[in-house]
Amino acid sequence: MHPVSLRKIAKVYHLDAVTVPALAEVSLDIRPGVFTVLSGPSGSGKTTLLNLIGCIDRPDEGEVIVADQAVQSMSDDALSDFRARHIGFVFQTFNLLPVLTAFENIEYPLVLAKMPAAARKKRVLELLDAVGLAERGDSRPGQLSGGQRQRVAIARALATAPKLVLADEPTANLDSQTGAAIIALMRKLQREHDASFVFSSHDPQVRAEADDVIFIRDGRIAGVEQRTAATQERAAS
Amino acid sequence: MNTWLLALRNLLRNRRRSLATLLAMVVGLTAILLFGGYRSNILYGMETGFVQQSGHLQVQRRGYFLDGSDNPSAYGMPRYREIIDAIQRDPVLAPMAVVVTPTLQLGGIAGNYSAGASRSVVASGLVANERNHMLQWNDYDMISYAQPLALEGAAEDAVVVGTGVARKLQLCAALEVANCRQTPAADAPVEAAATGSPAPDDVLALSALEKAQQPRGAYNRIEMLAATASGAPNVASLTVVKASNFGIKAIDDIYLAMHLAQAQKLIYGAGRPEATAVIMQLRHTAQMPEARARLTALLASDFAGEPLEVLDFQTLNPMYRQTDEFMASMFGFIALLIGVIVLFTIGNTMGTAVMERTVEIGTLRAMGVRRGGIRRLFMCEALLLGAIGSVVGLTVALMVSWFINHSGWAWTPPGYSYAYLILVRVWQDVPLLVGSVLGMIAVTVASAWWPASRAAKLQIVDALRHA
Ligand SMILES: Nc1ncnc2c1ncn2[C@@H]1O[C@H](COP(=O)(O)OP(=O)(O)O)[C@@H](O)[C@H]1O
Ligand SMILES: [Mg+2]
Repeated sequence: MHPVSLRKIAKVYHLDAVTVPALAEVSLDIRPGVFTVLSGPSGSGKTTLLNLIGCIDRPDEGEVIVADQAVQSMSDDALSDFRARHIGFVFQTFNLLPVLTAFENIEYPLVLAKMPAAARKKRVLELLDAVGLAERGDSRPGQLSGGQRQRVAIARALATAPKLVLADEPTANLDSQTGAAIIALMRKLQREHDASFVFSSHDPQVRAEADDVIFIRDGRIAGVEQRTAATQERAAS
Repeated sequence: MNTWLLALRNLLRNRRRSLATLLAMVVGLTAILLFGGYRSNILYGMETGFVQQSGHLQVQRRGYFLDGSDNPSAYGMPRYREIIDAIQRDPVLAPMAVVVTPTLQLGGIAGNYSAGASRSVVASGLVANERNHMLQWNDYDMISYAQPLALEGAAEDAVVVGTGVARKLQLCAALEVANCRQTPAADAPVEAAATGSPAPDDVLALSALEKAQQPRGAYNRIEMLAATASGAPNVASLTVVKASNFGIKAIDDIYLAMHLAQAQKLIYGAGRPEATAVIMQLRHTAQMPEARARLTALLASDFAGEPLEVLDFQTLNPMYRQTDEFMASMFGFIALLIGVIVLFTIGNTMGTAVMERTVEIGTLRAMGVRRGGIRRLFMCEALLLGAIGSVVGLTVALMVSWFINHSGWAWTPPGYSYAYLILVRVWQDVPLLVGSVLGMIAVTVASAWWPASRAAKLQIVDALRHA
């Protein structure tokens, strides 16, 4: 019962004449309810792997199973609905909609999910509070600092309470102190939501926070390190 | 977050670009509406003029319109009175008809022999009070330039001529025609006196005396020569009571109106009087097809032996249809031109917006917005732009048209002998308004479709990587 299972994944990019192998022979299971880091140097294939897990790209070979569903066969619309329901995204560049306020950005996935307005409002206020921005709901992204924007983005990713949250280098555009605070926040929220967080980083400091570390090199899994037993971890906290 | 509010905010994001696009739409729509309003003013004006003069439908002897307009003896309708009675008794036609009146068209030579001037004329014998009633037809609230014929209530030998005819027949002074040079012959003595000519004083005095003694009417008398039904020449002595401007110069130069009885006497003498046409004016032009069908049926049943035909005002006045087609092709050309400009302007605006917001599109798609949702997002923006452009364009067009209509600008249309006010009918022309706005929105949708589809089809990962 894994939130994500990959079976013999291969992904190749075609650049004019040359083909760039980005992933080869990748098989792995993400454990439920843990904080998993994809660790590897730049160009090793972390983003490619996260895109496949997030169902925003398709592999050339192999099987991607998310929330117990094989996603290959789904139509584009079905896959869109699937993402809306099961997966939250946090981006390196935050990617908030600039014309929406913090409140509205967090509300957006809930509108997509057709949640009634009153319930939506309650949920957004809870989330704003949880990420420490209860006072900034009316601010537009342009009026917020990088760290604050990433907090809004985290709240947005968690809005529909997905069991899987993906983050591609979420701290790469932040200074180390802010980055550490963001990681701590994600760690806290991951536990509260009992969700699986998977994010990529080449920052050793981030790696230290993780339950599981998946080392990736040249498009292959170079090693998997399970620091904690998920069940133990939860029992201890 | 309401889709339309989101679209509005996105439009406000790049105000200058949105304003430039709006401006193109507003200018385009205003131009189309003003030209369309100008066109419909001209066409409604022409229609009004033609319906006032020649009615909606005419019953004529078959072939008269094409072959016989100067030959009343060959193309007369002896039973015209019965035709009029039949129309006025008909339960379908009678309520639609405003006026049913006979006319006799004839050609001849009019001469002012005292001035030694003559010219060929086309004369209408008509029933003056009925024709004046026809001049009141004004279904489109046009400014009407038609003057009632001075023939109504005038003596039996009275005629009204075009100002051009008055000029040619040397009747300028007597009829008070403006811009008219009296011939040297007629005015010579007076002019000579004014310029100090060497003519002897006693001669001048004699001439002036003679002029003063002559009754004024003596200058207005003309003779008209025409061929009778039997082919013999006949002359009528007539009194010109007025020179009227008949608008189109070609008509003004040859037209002469007289009482029907007078015309019939000239052509048929003591024989049975005939008419060359029965004119029928309807309450509304829209009634024409029904009236025409009924009239044709009536003629076929009650006047089976007669070779008659029914002609509508468009056929009787080919200029109407020609103007209509000319205006339609110009309107189409202008609309197409503007449509293409607006198409590319909006297409460019939306294309740029899609480019700039590629990462945003990727983000929304990752969050679970479907392709259709992305397309809708951009279509909504374009539609909103189109709607705002239409409303503003409409408002501007109405304001400008109000200004034009109150400015008193005038021009003389080709072939016309006096100036018309330049007016645009925008507000009253509902099909034009609705058509232009729908057209504008259709162009908006068409131009945004491609960029919106491109946005929808973006690969999510490529869009997200877009810097
Ligand atoms: N769109 C693409 N086209 C071509 N090559 C790509 C593309 N995206 C990634 N790659 C290549 O695939 C490999 C893995 O890239 P990526 O998954 O982005 O690595 P990471 O996120 O670990 O830096 C790299 O060699 C990169 O150059
Ligand atoms: Mg990367």
